Amino acid sequence: MNDVLVIGAGPAGLSAAIAAARQGLSVKIVDEFYRPGGRLLGQLHEEPDGVWWNGLAEAARLDQEARALGVNISCGVSVYDIARCDDRWRISTTEGEWESSLLLIATGASEAAVPVPGWTLPGVMSIGAAQVMTNVQRVRVGKKGVVIGVNILSVAIARELQLAGVHVEQLILPPLSEVSGKAGRPHEIMRSLLRVAHLAPSPVIRLGSKLMGSAWMQRLAVAFFPSKGVRMWDMPIHLRTAALEIVGTSQVEGVRTARVTPEGLPIPGTEQLIPADFVCIAGGLSPLAELAAIAGCPFAYVPALGGHVPLHDEYMKTPLPGLYVAGNITGIESAKVAMSQGTVAGLSMAQASGLLADDSLLSQAQLQVKRVRQNATIQFHPDIAAGRELVGQMAAAWTAR
Amino acid sequence: MSQRIFHHPVLGSMEERTALQFQFNGAVYTAYEGETIAGALLAAGVRTLRVHEETGAPRGIYCNIGHCYECRVHVDGIPTVRACMTLVTEGMCVTAGSVLPTPLKKGGHAK
Repeated sequence: MNDVLVIGAGPAGLSAAIAAARQGLSVKIVDEFYRPGGRLLGQLHEEPDGVWWNGLAEAARLDQEARALGVNISCGVSVYDIARCDDRWRISTTEGEWESSLLLIATGASEAAVPVPGWTLPGVMSIGAAQVMTNVQRVRVGKKGVVIGVNILSVAIARELQLAGVHVEQLILPPLSEVSGKAGRPHEIMRSLLRVAHLAPSPVIRLGSKLMGSAWMQRLAVAFFPSKGVRMWDMPIHLRTAALEIVGTSQVEGVRTARVTPEGLPIPGTEQLIPADFVCIAGGLSPLAELAAIAGCPFAYVPALGGHVPLHDEYMKTPLPGLYVAGNITGIESAKVAMSQGTVAGLSMAQASGLLADDSLLSQAQLQVKRVRQNATIQFHPDIAAGRELVGQMAAAWTAR
Repeated sequence: MSQRIFHHPVLGSMEERTALQFQFNGAVYTAYEGETIAGALLAAGVRTLRVHEETGAPRGIYCNIGHCYECRVHVDGIPTVRACMTLVTEGMCVTAGSVLPTPLKKGGHAK
């Protein structure tokens, strides 16, 4: 029996396994995908200092380090149940049942589905699907595509597609609906894009973003948003165009669009058909936390963190005995934050086992999480720190109960 | 024409990989070691992996990471295998699902 079971071989799970194994714990990781790395695998972007963040290389590095420390990594294994029996956790998987006294759930995030009429046609996929196909499988998803949903993730992946020689015709908004919510309102998108505009290669956009601090300036910018779109990070972003329907018979042939008002309502008489052989839908990420729910962990709903997150403290420990969480299951942030959280979780589990020789390692790792968060080039949400604070308070209140 | 990205400006060129033969709906395709069923078929221009069990509408990959099950296929007789999570092996026999009868549906497909 292993001391620690980790569910998820992504940046958080691998980092936790490495930290725990270094302190002498025996660790087993299970992951559903056929290779370790999780969402690191598709990531490929240029940092503001000009250095490329190559998720494939990062994943390979973590995988090698974990294996060198004796960590057992089982890929292609799905976990479908978690139960408490005696003083241990038992996970039921497609390869059998395993038990351990310490369990880390590091299942990451999943993409929110945004239904658009015609979205079941072959050739329509989530933006993350296109990323994996392009950078991991190294297969082009099509020749010319439309991305529905304008957010930091979709712009980044659209760039990755261009890099691989796949033409992205336009990035447009989803149709305004209960489901798309803010993502269908040009005003809201403008606000969220301005948060990352400081990263734009164009000095005009960088300067513009500074000038656009006031709400009325943003309204003005949306009202006069050019009908040809703007090139932001060299991407054709159309904030005043929304998808009405994806069309095609046996596969995608195009997207029917319309110009929309600053509130997101289609303007009659502005309909167009954009020919395309693939479409990516980008609904943003939310924590993938079902397994924590099955384990009986209490949750908090925190929009700044991407949705429902399991309660946990700064040691990445949930209120349930021996149950830990790390990475995007605790809130949507970058892979670097996930890695630093994983290290905290690994060291916490070592401390819980009485194997952590030097407690300062843990406090240093906790500081490192904050440092990485502060230095993040991309903030997925402006209120992440406040959201994390709230979850910590709720976890403390739960434990004190 | 294959849609494989052999040369990438940042990730570099693909290494030599072993070619594998597999079948999809009776036709023979070539995959390379490390390719999923979904990846190898997309590279060959095949996007429809199954039809909707009731309406017969064509379906392909959606999430490509195992969450949505839209790409479920039969592999060597085993149903509901995710094409996006399953690596091609030599001689693998993959088939798309077909329309299923809905005898209890009012005014439906009872045959």
